[in-house]
Amino acid sequence: MPKALHSHGTEIVLLAVIVVLSLGLGLSTERFLTLGNAFDLLNISAVNIIFAVGLLVVLIAGGIDISFAVAASVVQYVTAVILGSIGGGEWISGFLIAASIGILLGVFNAFLIHTFKIISIVATIATFNIYFGLLMFFTRGVSIYNLPDWLTTRVILFEHQTADGSWIEITLPVLVMVVCVIATSFLIGRTTIGRQLYAFGDNPEGARRFGIDIGAMQYIAFGWLGLMAGIGGLVQAHYAQEVVPNALYGRELDVLAAVVLGGARLGGGKGTVIGCVLGVLLISITQNGLNLLGVSPYAFKMIVGAIILVAIALSNSRLERLFGTARSQGARS
Amino acid sequence: MTEALDRGAAQRPLLSLRDINVTFGGVRALKNVSFEVLPGEVHCLAGENGSGKSTLIKVITGVYRPEPGAVIEYGGETYTHMSPVTAQAAGIQVIWQDLALFPEMSVAENIAFQTVVGRRPRLVDYGRMREAATAALKRLGVTLDVDRPLKDFPIAQRQIVAIARALVGEARIVFMDEPTASLTQSETDCLLDIVRTLSASGVAVVFVSHRLAEVLEISSRLTVLRDGALVGVYPTEGMTQSRITELMTGKMFDQTVRARPMEGRPVVLEVDRLTRAGLFEDISFTVRQGETLAITGLLGAGRTELALALFGMLRPTSGSIRLEGRPVRFSSNRDAIRAGIAYLSEDRLSLGLIQPQSIADNLVMASYDRLLTGGLLSERRKRDLVADWIRRLAVKIGRQEDAISTLSGGNQQRVAIAKWLATNPKLLILDSPTVGVDVGARAGIFDIVAKLAAEGLAIILITDEVPEAYFNADRVLHMANGRMANWFDPRATALADIEAAVYA
Amino acid sequence: MNAAVTPARATLGARLKALVGPEMAGPVLAFVAVVVVFSLVSPQFLSRATFGAVGFQLPELGLLTLAMLLPVLTGGLNLAITFTANISGLTVAWILHANGGLEAPMPVFALACLAAIAVGASTGVVMGLVIAYTRAHPILVSLSMMIFLRGLGEFLTRGGDVSGFPSYVQPIGHGTLVGLPVPLLIFIGCVLAWHVLLTRTKLGFNTFMIGSNIEAARYSGVNTRKVLVLVYTLSGAMCAIAGIIMLARFNSVRVGHGESYLLITVLACFLGGVNPFGGFGRVIPVFVALVVLQLLSSGLNLVGANQHLATAVWGILLITVMVLRWVAGRIGPFKPGKG
Repeated sequence: MPKALHSHGTEIVLLAVIVVLSLGLGLSTERFLTLGNAFDLLNISAVNIIFAVGLLVVLIAGGIDISFAVAASVVQYVTAVILGSIGGGEWISGFLIAASIGILLGVFNAFLIHTFKIISIVATIATFNIYFGLLMFFTRGVSIYNLPDWLTTRVILFEHQTADGSWIEITLPVLVMVVCVIATSFLIGRTTIGRQLYAFGDNPEGARRFGIDIGAMQYIAFGWLGLMAGIGGLVQAHYAQEVVPNALYGRELDVLAAVVLGGARLGGGKGTVIGCVLGVLLISITQNGLNLLGVSPYAFKMIVGAIILVAIALSNSRLERLFGTARSQGARS
Repeated sequence: MTEALDRGAAQRPLLSLRDINVTFGGVRALKNVSFEVLPGEVHCLAGENGSGKSTLIKVITGVYRPEPGAVIEYGGETYTHMSPVTAQAAGIQVIWQDLALFPEMSVAENIAFQTVVGRRPRLVDYGRMREAATAALKRLGVTLDVDRPLKDFPIAQRQIVAIARALVGEARIVFMDEPTASLTQSETDCLLDIVRTLSASGVAVVFVSHRLAEVLEISSRLTVLRDGALVGVYPTEGMTQSRITELMTGKMFDQTVRARPMEGRPVVLEVDRLTRAGLFEDISFTVRQGETLAITGLLGAGRTELALALFGMLRPTSGSIRLEGRPVRFSSNRDAIRAGIAYLSEDRLSLGLIQPQSIADNLVMASYDRLLTGGLLSERRKRDLVADWIRRLAVKIGRQEDAISTLSGGNQQRVAIAKWLATNPKLLILDSPTVGVDVGARAGIFDIVAKLAAEGLAIILITDEVPEAYFNADRVLHMANGRMANWFDPRATALADIEAAVYA
Repeated sequence: MNAAVTPARATLGARLKALVGPEMAGPVLAFVAVVVVFSLVSPQFLSRATFGAVGFQLPELGLLTLAMLLPVLTGGLNLAITFTANISGLTVAWILHANGGLEAPMPVFALACLAAIAVGASTGVVMGLVIAYTRAHPILVSLSMMIFLRGLGEFLTRGGDVSGFPSYVQPIGHGTLVGLPVPLLIFIGCVLAWHVLLTRTKLGFNTFMIGSNIEAARYSGVNTRKVLVLVYTLSGAMCAIAGIIMLARFNSVRVGHGESYLLITVLACFLGGVNPFGGFGRVIPVFVALVVLQLLSSGLNLVGANQHLATAVWGILLITVMVLRWVAGRIGPFKPGKG
């Protein structure tokens, strides 16, 4: 156990916080600790988790991406338009189109970063503005409501009424989310590409000397995030049953906060899928709990912001020192 | 180019390079260099910074491509140039000075990283990785927990990990670039043992090192480069440190003991039973005006921690510090600087100077207050101050606004010293001031130290090179395991006796 | 700082270079390109109207960019700038409303402005303290502060507008003084203040040093924590000034006003040659970059495009400048980024 504590400190602390929070909410509200609510939480968090695991890969490789959320909006819109023009399509063509456009937009970031040596935050702030500006320009901010029926119909894969009367539902977004989480986990944990991504984020120069293809790393990382953005975009359109061009605007920073809360490091080489999922869930649970406690929805964000601020301050000051890696100030003599 | 000695008993070289020329932007970094390594030998590649050592290694490992006409023979094949892939596949491994390891990844993954490299994606076989890592460590006679992240281990262990990594790559020849630069003596000894083990198992080791004592101890042959050209190849038997220095720099250095009597001069610093639990204990000494006190001892003896305590960056747990008779207690190094203490960090690259910033800004950083008039900077005063110090310490620079990183190690160190002198200190602590400074430029640094002492500055010189302490200080304090071990007077003791005591 | 001083007798050229530095190439090139292209495309471009429009629109984005600049120079970011501006604006609005609303006397407004600056600065103090003492990444600290302030503002206003201010407030957003827009004058004043701060004061100097290597700065006796706290405090105070200008221009305050400026301010800094890793950058090139951005959007407006297209073009402009820097770095002695 000390070993696990050592290598997965952030995840364990997050889990502990979630457990404590859940117990507290379970005692103070009737609804929180029900299976129905738990599955609601998963449904609500699905899209953010899909984005988060994509962003995680970019962070691990030492980059950052500001553009993925508006890229997802572009994907939604273009996919809806293409589906309309090919006469409706179905889930498979929908996912294929969304995934391809997503990858294309992600790869464009990688192209700028790798070819012209523009650092990722600069490149993706630029593409953020380009993607969003062009989207709003061409759509004139008009939403699409008449989506194909298959896309707007709720797909319930499993449902069951519990004794307390609430429904347990596993919907398509949750399934897609689970697939994305497993795929990402497999990519970064089980394949040589994933280990190369970690190595590249951890020590780019060392990775280069090992003959790792730096360009490939950038394309894979940003391409993967693009893929997740595409899938997440389509799932969000399905969930919201409409395509609003600026619906995902601003989501990038919320997801970034959650991923870093989950232990990923800005600068690369560190982060796990589990931590990432827990980070998103912690924020969702907080909002859900506040909702159940009857707190005004206007106050949610304020409280969530305060919690993240405190969490970041604490995790940087206390935990580091508790779980080793703290650098003593005295240099070696 | 010159003498080529000792081809051994007609043993065929494992690696042989001829007519290597490399030019960067009009500057010839290597001129007609040739180089040979015999199977299983320990060979030392010596030369000052900029002599072409690293360029040569990069040619051998395929990072740089030499100009046409070059001949590289290795393992029965002849090449005009190498590529990183061919070099690694053929068993040429390099352990870079910065180790090129991945701190967040496990020891096993670091050692067996070779197995996850390659364009074709595969699944990771953690079991095989762990086995390969354990086997490589076993060959070195070391046991480490291979599942823990590398960042948990100190630098000496990381070095071992880097060597183990080279073994996994089926190395036939291993280049080690300054491998002992940040190791303590016992760690160095351990490393040298490992090098012997490797050599005995038939792997050739090329040692690139500044530290001449190690060169003599470990290697059988020595190749010296100077200004990108080959000076010669020599057997190490019968070679002396001063002869190697002479070959590397092309100059003769004759050193004399500079120590003078200091009794009766006013005391600047008085340290009494200073202790910081776990780091150093019961340290008492005085430094007088114009005196240079050397503190020597192995890496890990608590010297830098003591210096940081005097400089207000580490709070002592007990004991007292008196400056010109008055007791002082610092809550930060700003207090210490105000009181007249200056500390030149041992880590010039990351703590001593701000590498990307300009020479001028680095120089005025600690004394910026003196340049302000009514809270605003006087450009003119800054320019004049910088120009004045550049002249006084004879720093060779282009323009004041050039980045400090464009200067050589020796000139950077002069700027760092100037930065502290500009604060008008009473006591200057120099922590390993010659690390990363060419042999030839070291004498210049010590000339400055002598001049400052003559002007009345009290100086503490911290160094792990005993001869530096011996020739440049008035008294030598030997620290071991955080405690005072011995006092030496260079005028009354032989260098060899101090070395024996320190390296014992 | 880091004013490029050639020894002793600096020539006029050298002095000019000291003022603007090598970062200037990108913005100036873009400026010339924009002016030339649009004056060819649209005859109305080179007119008083265009420059009047720029003069009134520039300050909001400009002041927020100044607020972003200081943290960027230390190697950080302040993502809370827009909501800090909103909250500061709300402070003014409430103090006015609590003291007579439309009839509130001028001293109350002055006091309200001071209070707003204090509020803005205090958000900076909190962020600065957290960043300085916990070493948490500024992106995260300011991001959570942003989420907090947005929530706070929405909570307090229930998502609505606050409006109805005394008539003398309006000229701050719309008036002119000796033919120049008042907000532009305020902005230029702030630009000059920032320029002096960065080139002539100890805080400015230390900002650059910290941006390049905070540990080395600490070893040289720089009070790194104090510098970080001050940098974020000043950033917050500058947000408050932006918030007051926004209040005067819209004659109302709404949480979310100017939200879209957030990443544009970062874009403007990079366009102005500020090093994304910190340590290098100057105010004047950033100012020119801002003018270019505003001219671009006014020009596009003239040819019938809207602000969204301008936003996209801003992004393309940033990439173009970065690519040109890359090209220049390959063929010439100009090293990109660090200049």
